[in-house]
Amino acid sequence: MVRALMISALVGGVCGLLSCYMTLKGWALMGDAVSHAVLPGVVLAYALGLPFSLGAFVFGVGSVATIGFVKQKSRIKEDTVIGLVFTGFFALGLVLVSKTRSNIDLTQILFGNVLGISAADIQQTWMICFVVVALLLLFRRDLLLFCFDPTHARSIGINTGFLHYLLLSVLSLAAVAGLQTVGIILVVAMLVTPGATAYLLTDRFDRMTWLAIGSSVLSSLLGVYLSYWTDSSTAGCIVLVQTGLFLLAFLLAPRHGIFCRTSS
Amino acid sequence: MTIRIAADQLCVDYNGSVALYDASLTLPAGCICGMVGMNGAGKTTLFKALTGFVRPSRGQIRINGLKVAEAQREQAVAYVPQSEGIDCDFPVSVWDVVMMGRYGSMNLLRIPRQSDRLAVRNALERVELLDLRDRPLSALSGGQRKRAFLARAIAQRASVLLLDEPFNGVDVRTEKLMAELFLQLRNQSCSILISTHDLSNVRDFCDLVVLINKTVLAYGETSEVFTPENLSQAFGGLPPDVLRGQTP
Repeated sequence: MVRALMISALVGGVCGLLSCYMTLKGWALMGDAVSHAVLPGVVLAYALGLPFSLGAFVFGVGSVATIGFVKQKSRIKEDTVIGLVFTGFFALGLVLVSKTRSNIDLTQILFGNVLGISAADIQQTWMICFVVVALLLLFRRDLLLFCFDPTHARSIGINTGFLHYLLLSVLSLAAVAGLQTVGIILVVAMLVTPGATAYLLTDRFDRMTWLAIGSSVLSSLLGVYLSYWTDSSTAGCIVLVQTGLFLLAFLLAPRHGIFCRTSS
Repeated sequence: MTIRIAADQLCVDYNGSVALYDASLTLPAGCICGMVGMNGAGKTTLFKALTGFVRPSRGQIRINGLKVAEAQREQAVAYVPQSEGIDCDFPVSVWDVVMMGRYGSMNLLRIPRQSDRLAVRNALERVELLDLRDRPLSALSGGQRKRAFLARAIAQRASVLLLDEPFNGVDVRTEKLMAELFLQLRNQSCSILISTHDLSNVRDFCDLVVLINKTVLAYGETSEVFTPENLSQAFGGLPPDVLRGQTP
């Protein structure tokens, strides 16, 4: 229980930080795509005895590269391409799960199982979180500029292609970390909701990151606690608390909430 | 005479459709050049080529004698976007936006030094936004926003300024202030390329004019290029008397 609380809070904090960039860049759909597309990578890695983060990373970045390639080489619009590619990858993952003889528990990957997390997985999650936070902190100003005005970033000689793939790589890694706690299906909530909640509460990026991390950690702790005592889905509880916090912000935020906007 | 921008027989095409062909342009140091043309005439494409966003299929560009990427690393090029291309609800303050002009001169972590803060403060003073430096971008008017982005270009201390429709939807005060700033920057030997379809502005303070319609139709001193015949050619064959009203 304590382990589950700690690891959920950690993953929540990391995803919360990343969610600010996802919200501002408008990459919610991309987050959804990457998190689904890592499934075949996870299955293959398990089957080959490799760390699952490696497989997930390869397929996460691979899916994004595929999306970029198909979009560039055809007349199909981006959202269609995203929908097409990630479902394809996800389906491949499902088939692989049913065809590889191993003790992979599909529900565990899809919906997470933080209360039963193994020591090895905890270690891996710590490492992933460390790498993600380090990269985000190191490039935080560049990434912010990249989200805000890529043209300017480019015209002062910043390598925007690098930043694009950096953010995508970090997204894949975070999706893997989130996979442990809430599973593939709901990890996109961890990568979007805290950022959206924080965005309603402030016009400052620094404050936005702290609010996102705070709300995300709080949701993880409360969610795990609730699911433990009510014996219900952990992923469901975590995401429900997040959604609840978002609704609160949506209704009551000082400047951007709907109640305050109508009264002023 | 120092040459700031030298574009030689530039061709750009997007997946087979030609956006710009045989466009040549030479901008000396210390000039204001108005770029006039219809929508889709290739103004944005030329900007994109000058900022390295599209690679010309033929021809070459030199900025201060360097390739585009090298000139950018030297902080020689500042691009002032049309406000429509920017998410105005982005959670950054005016100060943050102008500080972004300094990023290219900072170390990898982009930690501002005293000199960076001074440059930002100075730029904000010049566009008369110092009082509003802590305001979020979303709390500014359209004209103030334009000035903030101009301040970013000034803080960058670039020698080539590219401005995309700077006079679109700005108030009179901002327009006057921007025109004064352009003249000051020109006298500091900056070269300024302005895309516009406001022909009266071109008359007022541009030294040079380039007329564009898929290629450079005419280029030279404003008084020589700005003839009704040339303009009618640039605007797709409208009779000169229709345009005469706009060019006092």
